[in-house]
Amino acid sequence: MSTAFQKVYTKISQITKATCSLKATGVGYDELATINGKLAQVVKIAGEDITLQVFEGTGGIPTNAEVVFLGKAPSLKVSDQLAGRFFNAYGQPIDGGPEIEGKEVEIGGPSVNPVRRKQPNELIATGIAGIDLNNTLVSGQKIPFFADPDQPFNEVMAMVALRAKADKIILGGMGMTNDDYYFFRNTFSNAGALDRIISFMNTTEDPAVERLLIPDMTLTAAEYFAVEKHEKVLVLLTDMTSYADSLSIVSNRMDQIPSKDSMPGSLYSDLAKIYEKAVQFPDEAGGGSITIIAVTTLSGGDITHAVPDNTGYITEGQLYLRRDSDIGKVIVDPFRSLSRLKQLVAGKKTRKDHSQVMNAAIRLYADAANAKTKLENGFDLTDYDNRCLDFAKDYADKILAIDVDLDTTQMLDVTWVLFQKYFSLEEVNIKKEFTDIYWKS
Amino acid sequence: MTKGTVKGVIANMVTVGVDGPVSQGEICFIETGGDRLMAEVIKVVGADVYVQVFESTRGLKVGAPAEFTGHMLEVKLAPGMLSKNFDGLQNDLDKMEGVFLKRGQYTDPLDEDRIWDFEPIVKEGDEVQAADWLGKVTENSQPLKIMAPFQLEGKAKVKSIAKAGQYKITDTIAVLTKENGEEVEVNMIQHWPVKFAMTNYKQKPRPFKLLETGVRTIDTFNPIVEGGTGFIPGPFGTGKTVLQHAISKQAEADIVIIAACGERANEVVEIFTEFPELIDPHTGRKLMERTIIIANTSNMPVAAREASVYTAMTMAEYYRSMGLRVLLMADSTSRWAQALREMSNRMEELPGPDAFPMDLSALISNFYGRAGYVYLNNGEVGSITFIGTVSPAGGNLKEPVTESTKKVARCFYGLEQDRADKKRYPAVNPIDSYSKYLEYPEFAEYIKGKINDQWIPKVLALKTRMQRGKEIAEQINILGDDGVPVDYHETFWKSEVIDFVILQQDAFDEVDAVTSLERQEEILNLVTEICEIDFKFDNFLDVVDYFKKMINLCKQMNYSVYKSEQYNSYKQQVQDMLKAHK
Repeated sequence: MSTAFQKVYTKISQITKATCSLKATGVGYDELATINGKLAQVVKIAGEDITLQVFEGTGGIPTNAEVVFLGKAPSLKVSDQLAGRFFNAYGQPIDGGPEIEGKEVEIGGPSVNPVRRKQPNELIATGIAGIDLNNTLVSGQKIPFFADPDQPFNEVMAMVALRAKADKIILGGMGMTNDDYYFFRNTFSNAGALDRIISFMNTTEDPAVERLLIPDMTLTAAEYFAVEKHEKVLVLLTDMTSYADSLSIVSNRMDQIPSKDSMPGSLYSDLAKIYEKAVQFPDEAGGGSITIIAVTTLSGGDITHAVPDNTGYITEGQLYLRRDSDIGKVIVDPFRSLSRLKQLVAGKKTRKDHSQVMNAAIRLYADAANAKTKLENGFDLTDYDNRCLDFAKDYADKILAIDVDLDTTQMLDVTWVLFQKYFSLEEVNIKKEFTDIYWKS
Repeated sequence: MTKGTVKGVIANMVTVGVDGPVSQGEICFIETGGDRLMAEVIKVVGADVYVQVFESTRGLKVGAPAEFTGHMLEVKLAPGMLSKNFDGLQNDLDKMEGVFLKRGQYTDPLDEDRIWDFEPIVKEGDEVQAADWLGKVTENSQPLKIMAPFQLEGKAKVKSIAKAGQYKITDTIAVLTKENGEEVEVNMIQHWPVKFAMTNYKQKPRPFKLLETGVRTIDTFNPIVEGGTGFIPGPFGTGKTVLQHAISKQAEADIVIIAACGERANEVVEIFTEFPELIDPHTGRKLMERTIIIANTSNMPVAAREASVYTAMTMAEYYRSMGLRVLLMADSTSRWAQALREMSNRMEELPGPDAFPMDLSALISNFYGRAGYVYLNNGEVGSITFIGTVSPAGGNLKEPVTESTKKVARCFYGLEQDRADKKRYPAVNPIDSYSKYLEYPEFAEYIKGKINDQWIPKVLALKTRMQRGKEIAEQINILGDDGVPVDYHETFWKSEVIDFVILQQDAFDEVDAVTSLERQEEILNLVTEICEIDFKFDNFLDVVDYFKKMINLCKQMNYSVYKSEQYNSYKQQVQDMLKAHK
């Protein structure tokens, strides 16, 4: 990687687990360097003392290692050749194919001017009613799955990605197991979608700090296709908790004072910089979009942990999966899941009764949960309680289960049928203008 | 001016060696690769000055030149700011080129070429002091005042004043002679350092005038007043932003300033997509005409986040000095606190609770203290009503930002996860939330004149009922439906009527979203009437059945246009249901 006129330094004064320090001049902040061929980045400049963060760890680096500064921040070569390819965290091919030729772009680039954005308003149909009906996704949205590690989030995400009709699907894998990597590869390949997939992979076998580059690499590629090619790009990031873990490793090694859950105090900004790359461009700017679906794994379902907590404040909603013991299937949890942008399309791009039907069904499902608690505490159930319980079971099976594949109008019709099967008009409590049309007595 | 050179860089904290005097908070510009980066002095150690850079420091090298400006972070204030979108440093976002924000790009917040119809207020020989009204212009039908310079010390005499006519903001519209004989030329532009409060008013009494928001859980249950302060803490997903947008759309204010501080860009997009279409319910004009947005979204530079709330507050003070009612919303003050924490951490200061800086509480209370209802020197009144949101980590209200805010804000609208899960929106907890203004005798006096003297006692009675309802719900949970007397169920369901009919409100329904004060009074009276009837049911199933029907009717009423045929018909049905039990 070195060229003829670059100065080579060979005197490292300090080595920690993640950083090396040396004296050097003319070095820019954020600049890349190589230390005996290993990539590193400038994280601190104090006069002539430069501190470098070494992505793959400092093991094996001698104090007389050759340090060469590259004069640029981490970057990615972008062009149409990216399509269908697999890369590591540095943007180097790992599929045995040729190097990419194209324009070199620094990753982690500037933000979109908010006044140049367009309000998202295009429905992303997934066929999964727990998403389309209750938590409708919109292109340009950013939304994570909050899931325990044993839940099938990668499967659901792959399903959503394939049904979403995106022009490009860009997968950023952070701390992903090799098995999951192959799962995605095979699923996309079997679906014949490989030519619209681009992957940046950091598996559990790769150094943890390297994965800090993955989101920016992924989104730099996404911006190329959305801005220059005006495409609808779907970005999948899994798992953002691994990313945050790497942030805390680095900040710890940099002697920063940790805030909640030993995460760095800048966690919110670090995560926001990634998620805010989700955007819908107006037609004047080509109409491209970047939609981000991410995964944040939880430990024991705890959403008050700093990572899911900060994520929740940044993203436009969150999706929860849960195994429903009544029907023995995984469902999209209607209570805690939320899509903040759903009202931009619900009732506007879908049928008018959408919001009211959705809210009524969830309220009745909540009544069923109360009835269940009563039952567990040994109290008698009323007739209404029993009807709620029956409704909940049917509703979970026909609407909430992730194996449902319907269009939104069908979902609404199915819900109306369930309402009438179990409840009276007053119990459903929906605006008269809709019950006049859809309540067939 | 003092010059310096860069000696060190850690993220956006840069050390600059200087050759002359600098002051704390002074603004400097650092040059790198053709970009000029704005920065603010945060610490001085000998000849080393620590500055926080408001932009990315990528590529910045030791030896880069820095130039100090001699002034603190200030805003330029003049007619022409309404309907605009600024960033946290008051750059006009619409004037910026390209899709992406370019580093080092600063734009003029004002339009110097715009022509204004000026009318003088003072005449030659009049005596004036700082912020006195010299003349007026009209912007978006809002009467704006051109004031004597805010920095003017003591009294001055008007030597000359421009005649009514067309002027630009840079044109001299008056010449003032100070007491020492010095002459000052005055144009329409004012400068003010954002970190200092504007205190150019005579008196700041306790506020007492109800500020209508059209949100029932606020106006009826926990009212806020003109010049009052309030805060909305809540875990994510409980509807902070929806509630804040509802308030900013509907509140009876002359000017609304929204500081989007470290929040989602799409929320800002929502405002400037929808507000130009929406109508101000009080004046019938477009909402955007009275609105200013200060956007420092979460992906914009962190250091400018702190500046954004101060920029917004300073603009609010400017309009208050003109005798206008300003509503300032900041979403979210927690992000501002986090920006302070990041910098404090980089400066290696000893941390306070949760690693926040020790002076957090003082900063928050000083900031809220800048709001208020004031008597200006000329006897007119102006107000800044401030409502901030707080995003408590993990939804836990025992954290430094919430606790510090609770000490200073007079209204507390606590959003509750449980209510949000049950889709009971707005998810403002009816029992823990409060408005201290309900206890102000000044407020009671005002309400007596505006509505009647029964309003507050009725509201307090319903609050007690809500509390009682909650206690009974817990007992029913433990003892079972049959384990408590039937009248317990009646009391519980009466609290549900209050909840469903008054507190819950559909922010996305055209009719229900905003409720006029007159209509709120009618609802309050109706619900009070329902609650005061002794129904004497035989068993609890009848109670449940009756009240569910009642709630359904009342909700249909809420969805109907006020005093329409449909509305009256539902109201009649409610009355018929009640008659059967009287």
